[in-house]
Amino acid sequence: MSDLLTTDVLTALIAGGILAGVPLLFASLGEMVAERAGVLNIGLEGYMLIGAYFGFLVAYHGGNTFLGFLGGAAAGAAVSLIMVALCVQMGLDQIVVGIAITLVAEGATALIFDANFAESRPTLGATGRIDIPGLSQLPVVGGADTSDGSIFSQPPIVYIGLIIVALTAWTLRRTHWGLNIRAAGDKPSALDAAGVSVVATRAWATIFCGAMAGLGGAYLSITAAGLFEDFITQGRGFIAIVLAMLARGKALWVLIGSFVFGISLSISDVLQIAGVDISTDLVFMLPFVTVIVVLILFGRRSYLPAALALPYVRGAR
Amino acid sequence: MNEPIHNTTSRDHGPETIPVVELRGITKAFPGVLANDHIDLALRGGEVHCLLGENGAGKSTLMSILSGMVQPDEGDIRVHGEPTRLASPKRAIEMGIGMVYQHTTLVPTLTVLDNLMMGALGTFRLDEAGSRARLAEVAGMLGVDVDPDAETATLALGQQQQIEIIKALWRGSKVLILDEPTSMLTPRGVEELARALERLKGHGMAVVLITHKLHEATSMGDRVTVLKQGRVVGRLEPDELRGRSHDELQPVIVAMMFGEQEEAEPELVELQEHVVPVRGARELPREALLELVDVHVAPRGGELGVRGVDLSVRPGEILGIAGVDGNGQRELAEAIAGQRHVSSGEIRFQSLHIDRLSVWQRERMGLRYVSDDRMGEGTVAALPVGLNLVLKRIGQAPFWRRGSIRHAEIERNAREKIEEFAIRTPGPGTRIGTLSGGNIQKVVLARELAHEPKLVVYNKPTYGLDIVTTRTVRERIEALAAEGVSALVISTDLDELVALCDRIAVISRGRIAGIVENGAGAAQRVGELMVGGQAEVA
Ligand SMILES: Nc1ncnc2c1ncn2[C@@H]1O[C@H](COP(=O)(O)OP(=O)(O)OP(=O)(O)O)[C@@H](O)[C@H]1O
Ligand SMILES: [Mg+2]
Repeated sequence: MSDLLTTDVLTALIAGGILAGVPLLFASLGEMVAERAGVLNIGLEGYMLIGAYFGFLVAYHGGNTFLGFLGGAAAGAAVSLIMVALCVQMGLDQIVVGIAITLVAEGATALIFDANFAESRPTLGATGRIDIPGLSQLPVVGGADTSDGSIFSQPPIVYIGLIIVALTAWTLRRTHWGLNIRAAGDKPSALDAAGVSVVATRAWATIFCGAMAGLGGAYLSITAAGLFEDFITQGRGFIAIVLAMLARGKALWVLIGSFVFGISLSISDVLQIAGVDISTDLVFMLPFVTVIVVLILFGRRSYLPAALALPYVRGAR
Repeated sequence: MNEPIHNTTSRDHGPETIPVVELRGITKAFPGVLANDHIDLALRGGEVHCLLGENGAGKSTLMSILSGMVQPDEGDIRVHGEPTRLASPKRAIEMGIGMVYQHTTLVPTLTVLDNLMMGALGTFRLDEAGSRARLAEVAGMLGVDVDPDAETATLALGQQQQIEIIKALWRGSKVLILDEPTSMLTPRGVEELARALERLKGHGMAVVLITHKLHEATSMGDRVTVLKQGRVVGRLEPDELRGRSHDELQPVIVAMMFGEQEEAEPELVELQEHVVPVRGARELPREALLELVDVHVAPRGGELGVRGVDLSVRPGEILGIAGVDGNGQRELAEAIAGQRHVSSGEIRFQSLHIDRLSVWQRERMGLRYVSDDRMGEGTVAALPVGLNLVLKRIGQAPFWRRGSIRHAEIERNAREKIEEFAIRTPGPGTRIGTLSGGNIQKVVLARELAHEPKLVVYNKPTYGLDIVTTRTVRERIEALAAEGVSALVISTDLDELVALCDRIAVISRGRIAGIVENGAGAAQRVGELMVGGQAEVA
């Protein structure tokens, strides 16, 4: 038992939680914002997959990780336009369209990847890390005396993620965009009566969601794996939807939730370090078991905007 | 946007001044109904223009056209004499038209300030300090006091309405449209509103007031237009209004609203006025049908809850619950109906403990509830009228047989109710959400009063109903009482309670402040109890 609590193991657990939590963080942050505006993106998994593929493609051809992230975000945003057109504008069922997006994205990315890279199966080099001066030298948490990475030495995209979380929280709370988004999900007719376009508000929130999910997907292929493979997201999009719902519209809870789920995703590595030998099948199930346990414990806590997934048509009654 | 107001004192200039807003030949058809049929209307600064008409006459539709929510099929709109297309609410707001809709447009989860800041232009960051100042200014102009940081859902309806008005004035409107603002207010609230409107008139605003209460029209209105089935059927000019007393005007307006057939019925005229015939004491069975013993109901966000209520209702008795809205009325009603748990105390119905019974079981026992939330829990907007009429009988004979729905039965039932309650709808298959507010209420009533009720809890039963329908509903409550069906009537309208009830209980801060036998002087004693209850809080 004592093996489990060595500093090595703890640091690896936390560092691993951060790494595995980042894609969840981006995706669930985007989903949280879209949900607050009243749009349920069941297609989140699809946005992530497309982001993962195109992020990888751009990073590979452009030779630059950052271009890759931008490419992933742009691709995710582009796919979310389907949602904007069909659901936000035309009022089709958000769940049906969302499932379709995920299914199509799965097939399409596998197909184009095979067509382009079936033979070569290229990989990207490891990404650099940025040390936070001082903190990264700390013992234990700073990782100074461990073999594995430090908590305060992360790829730049992790810091960018934290900044985006803070900016999102501020925007939701302090700006007109944020206020419009909050109103669009709870009572779109009120927003419309106040002279703000419900469709535009929801459209931008959805595009933001697409971009964030695409970024999360790109992180998976570029930073976490260094390569693309079929269904690389492995259900993370769906976990992110659950996280967004449990976060009750608060960016801080998205952050905390992503980290907790990140830990459950990265626990297999940690168990290896600790020398514990469990069937990998069990370990892979862990995140989903966590989802179920968390839902049982906190499911009642979830807050969903009143007009979530309901199309808005002016004057219809 | 801030053009000078052209005619601040039009009353002195007479009708030849340019109206702030002019509607000409406005026509709007919905599937199966012509909601507006070539309507002309002119709104002048410094005037309150009352728009009257039965349920479904087209008042809300016409005003929604003016607020940019609904696009007319035909006709043109002039603002300050300029032809204008009000393509969206945004455009209407820019043109200085502010509207308080019949159904609330506040976001319940947001604070008062957030609701007011919504849609403001110019800045990216929310201008909290500026908005607080603006709130103080507008609230001062109206003479009301509001807490900017309160969550909107926690406020009483009267306060919410003040916020709606502030919101409508927020961006410097010159036209203020109020769609049935008084239906939820107590007499005090109505007085406050009347004073606020006086002040707004003094600022040169053009006000449109939609109401079903004729004395409000004659006391607050400078001009009256009456609609019927989408058409203008009568107008009263300022000089016709000013010279005459309320009693003289009443019959004239009623004749316009309902045509000749109703004119002959004098009691209709009195109906909403002063206190009409107080019920004589009746012989009622001794034993109680419904009994509440020290009932407590836990409050939910911002509510007061119920804090120890004892009540008993005898068979055939009509018990009124008077009080300012938001003093625990809804919690009490929901506890009786079974929609909420009683945290302590007992509810007995026909001597049986029903605390643990489901809504459905209680409804089978003959306990019914007419909610005041007709849009939310009362009906399912997307379902047709016919299905809404049998909503609480899903799966049961005769509307369902062996698990399959019997459309013919549902349709037959619907036609019967539509006839009986004079529900204005294109047909049983029309989605209920498209009916006018008053007609939705009729559907709820028709449903709850079906299938042998024993006791009906009514929460504001005549709210939003026109005079004729109000009378029908009250007569029905009385007729049922004569057959032994009890009623618990919750209302903020004291006149209604005095006209209807055997006894009146006053609720204040979740407790019963006192119970008054109806009879001479009852209204005054109830009024005192209401005030006393309020004073206790302060
Ligand atoms: N969006 C809509 N779709 C279909 N029918 C509608 C719609 N809006 C209004 N109507 C119909 O138009 C008619 C006029 O409705 P409106 O709401 O204007 O009446 P109203 O005079 O305001 O009545 P009330 O006093 O009951 O509020 C009604 O028959 C209603 O069913
Ligand atoms: Mg109306």
